[in-house]
Amino acid sequence: MKKKLLILGLVLFVAMLGCAPKEEAPKVAPAAEGPKKGGTLVFGRGGDSVGLDPAYETDGNSFMVCDNIYEQLVAYKDESTDIEPGLATSWEISPDGLKYTFNLREGVTFHDGTPFNADAVVFSIGRMMKERNVKFFGEGFEIPAQERPPEYWVSMEMDDTVGSIEATGEYTVVFNLKRVEAPFIANMGMDFASIISPTAFVKDPKAFVRNPVGSGPFKFVEWVADDRIVLTAFADYWDKDKGPYLDKVVFRAIPENSVRFLELKAGNVDICQFPNPADVDLARKDPNLKLVSQPGMNVGYLGFNHTKDMWKNVHLRRAVAHAVNRQAIVDNIYQGMGQIAKNGIPPTMWGYNDDVPGYAYDPELAKKELNLAGYPDGEGLPELTLWSMPVPRPYNPEGLKVGIAMLGDMGKAGIRARIVSYDWGTYLKRQREQPDDRDLFQLGWTGDNGDPDNFLAVLFDGLASPAIRTQWKNERYHELMLKGKQTIDQGERARIYREAQQIMFDEVAAIPVAHSTVIWPMRKSVMNFKLHPTASVRMKSVWKE
Amino acid sequence: MLGFIIRRTLIIVPTLLGVSVVVFMLLAITPGDPAELLLGERATEESLDAMREYLGLKKPLHVQYGLFLKRLVKLDLGETIWTRQKVIVEIKERFPATIELSLAAMFLSCLFGITLGIVSATRQYSAFDYLSMLGSLVGVSMPVFWLGLVLILVFALNLGWFPVSGRIGIGTDLEVITNFYVIDAIWTRNWRALADVLHHLTLPAVALSTIPLAIVARMTRSSMLEVLRQDYIRTARAKGLSEIKVVFKHALRNGLIPVVTVVGLQFGILLGGAILTETVFAWPGVGKWIYEGVVKRDYMVIQGGTMLVATAFVVVNTLVDILYAVINPRISIQ
Repeated sequence: MKKKLLILGLVLFVAMLGCAPKEEAPKVAPAAEGPKKGGTLVFGRGGDSVGLDPAYETDGNSFMVCDNIYEQLVAYKDESTDIEPGLATSWEISPDGLKYTFNLREGVTFHDGTPFNADAVVFSIGRMMKERNVKFFGEGFEIPAQERPPEYWVSMEMDDTVGSIEATGEYTVVFNLKRVEAPFIANMGMDFASIISPTAFVKDPKAFVRNPVGSGPFKFVEWVADDRIVLTAFADYWDKDKGPYLDKVVFRAIPENSVRFLELKAGNVDICQFPNPADVDLARKDPNLKLVSQPGMNVGYLGFNHTKDMWKNVHLRRAVAHAVNRQAIVDNIYQGMGQIAKNGIPPTMWGYNDDVPGYAYDPELAKKELNLAGYPDGEGLPELTLWSMPVPRPYNPEGLKVGIAMLGDMGKAGIRARIVSYDWGTYLKRQREQPDDRDLFQLGWTGDNGDPDNFLAVLFDGLASPAIRTQWKNERYHELMLKGKQTIDQGERARIYREAQQIMFDEVAAIPVAHSTVIWPMRKSVMNFKLHPTASVRMKSVWKE
Repeated sequence: MLGFIIRRTLIIVPTLLGVSVVVFMLLAITPGDPAELLLGERATEESLDAMREYLGLKKPLHVQYGLFLKRLVKLDLGETIWTRQKVIVEIKERFPATIELSLAAMFLSCLFGITLGIVSATRQYSAFDYLSMLGSLVGVSMPVFWLGLVLILVFALNLGWFPVSGRIGIGTDLEVITNFYVIDAIWTRNWRALADVLHHLTLPAVALSTIPLAIVARMTRSSMLEVLRQDYIRTARAKGLSEIKVVFKHALRNGLIPVVTVVGLQFGILLGGAILTETVFAWPGVGKWIYEGVVKRDYMVIQGGTMLVATAFVVVNTLVDILYAVINPRISIQ
């Protein structure tokens, strides 16, 4: 009997092993000429999407799916944040910069068959307005009440920018602005400005977040929570010359980095997002894999508490800047997946000032500056607090480790400091309150629209608002930021922002630490996948060999 | 007996009420603001304020608790802060995956745990006994996270016997009815899907079963050893009964009573979701969902999730108590 029980157990176990089919790993075929149609691409990522209504989402995992379902009036070019026509074929800006007239593309339909027109634009953007100052051209739609504050619309201060939206023809929309806002066009390319099918939304506003309908190259099929989101090619897509080539795209949530990479090696996943740095080397050696990389549109920085008298002393700020060995931080903590920052904007962005030398790592110079600041050899300088993030962020993989490295560096220059950290929510909250018990803090930013204003004004212009996290206040800088917003000509704006970066450097507004680099391994069979600076994931023109 | 069952069932209500109060108080004293986490670096005072208002976080705590209880009576757990879905819907989407995995793990634990325990008890101090008890010690102490990765490396990547992660293959079609994939596959007579689902279930179930298996094996062994020393067993042997009859007919029924309790407790724990196993095997269950709710301070997920786990735990243990009374009628009288 005992033997029988054991045997029964073993038989059951072996039966479980044996009865399953084996999945065949895709073979890497020699590259053929031109795009190939068909196939399923599986994208492995760290987490599930939160929702798929672009007006209300804030996270990358949601936007990467939205990027393939929806389109905006204007689009970012494939590998930059330069603007090109999207659902609008052209646009005119009035001489005073307050009226934007968009001419819309004809013959576009949403996935549910609803035709795309000016009313769809008025509906999609108008639903985010606090005061719905909108006019439809045709019958129009009743815009349902807002479910919650549309986060991006609010944080990009769009209610202060957009006065009214008017459909003046079936394919013409006019935006009347309250103020001149040069980044407005770039904002219209962001995910929150996606154009949705109004009929689908009106049918059941609450259900839309899980049943998205747009006009993009792929349409939504299925969502299995915490597991996968499945999209299929949209047969009536307007831009057929450029795709979609794939039949199906599956976004799979695989939370553990190393398991996600193993799925890639096993051939069950075609692209692996956010691998462990150690796995990047393994991918390099694997004949079936390749790496695609892109400098991230982000910056991690070390800020000062400018509200404290002590930090009004530029020599003290400069002493810290020269004390920190940022190269070592990038090499050891970013593990090569990053580059030293010398400006508050990433080098891939227009308006970047390459003439700014950046702060050299020089402990001797740091000591001299400390002397000039009135703290010879650190004498009289209290122990500083260095706030460090408890969580990995796109611009900083390990805030605490970076903080510890900085402590060591500063110690060599005679600056004593200790690390302070809170849970992430408290950290953000207390940081904004500018408490006295904070001297230095780490933080960063990931760009939204590729416009320098989105970094330089939002992060560093303390005179604009008490909500600016760095609270650095400089009259000239503030003037430049206002001018930058109100100047339409991009060449002129670039000049303005270059000057602003020079001021930031001279005045040591903050210490830019690093820009992280995004490196994703993928199967060699994946063709034409381009990492975008905004981190959007575009499957439109991707195919599999 | 009926009175016992009714009494035992009624205790569930105050227990859960107590849990809800504790959860609420813990949330009140835990630092972290969901609005702040939701909006991240780009939050402004204005957007934060609007978000707190929308989320109902500005209401006093006792009002929030009152609202929660009011909804709870109607079996409505509200909407999550992050995904804006009904909490009950989110649970329905994930709990079957957890139950399926827990049942599979408990099946393995009981099958192998009880077998090992019995064999070890009947051959006390034999090599088999030492080996199986050493094995169970290793099983208890092995980090599930590490074991999961090793299982994936060996059985999925190198040997290719099993899929690496997930509940079902990308290419496998299955009409989902109950969200219990095994049941759905059998229901729709989709044998290919059933094979695929079992195939996916094996490695996570093995990883998850190690700890309960070891505990069950040790418990069975010690309990059986105790029973086998009792007088009535000696009498049974003296009557000339075969060893198999003595062990399985006379000793096992009594020996299993403490084992049933342990199995119930372990099953209750597993139903709370196995965060590590779910994370390693990308298994879309409630454990990781609740964990992420905690990280993101999604109060609705934390409340709903905790109530779910508490309910599951209490229900399983009530069932165990009742089962206990069935096995040993003396218990209901006390």
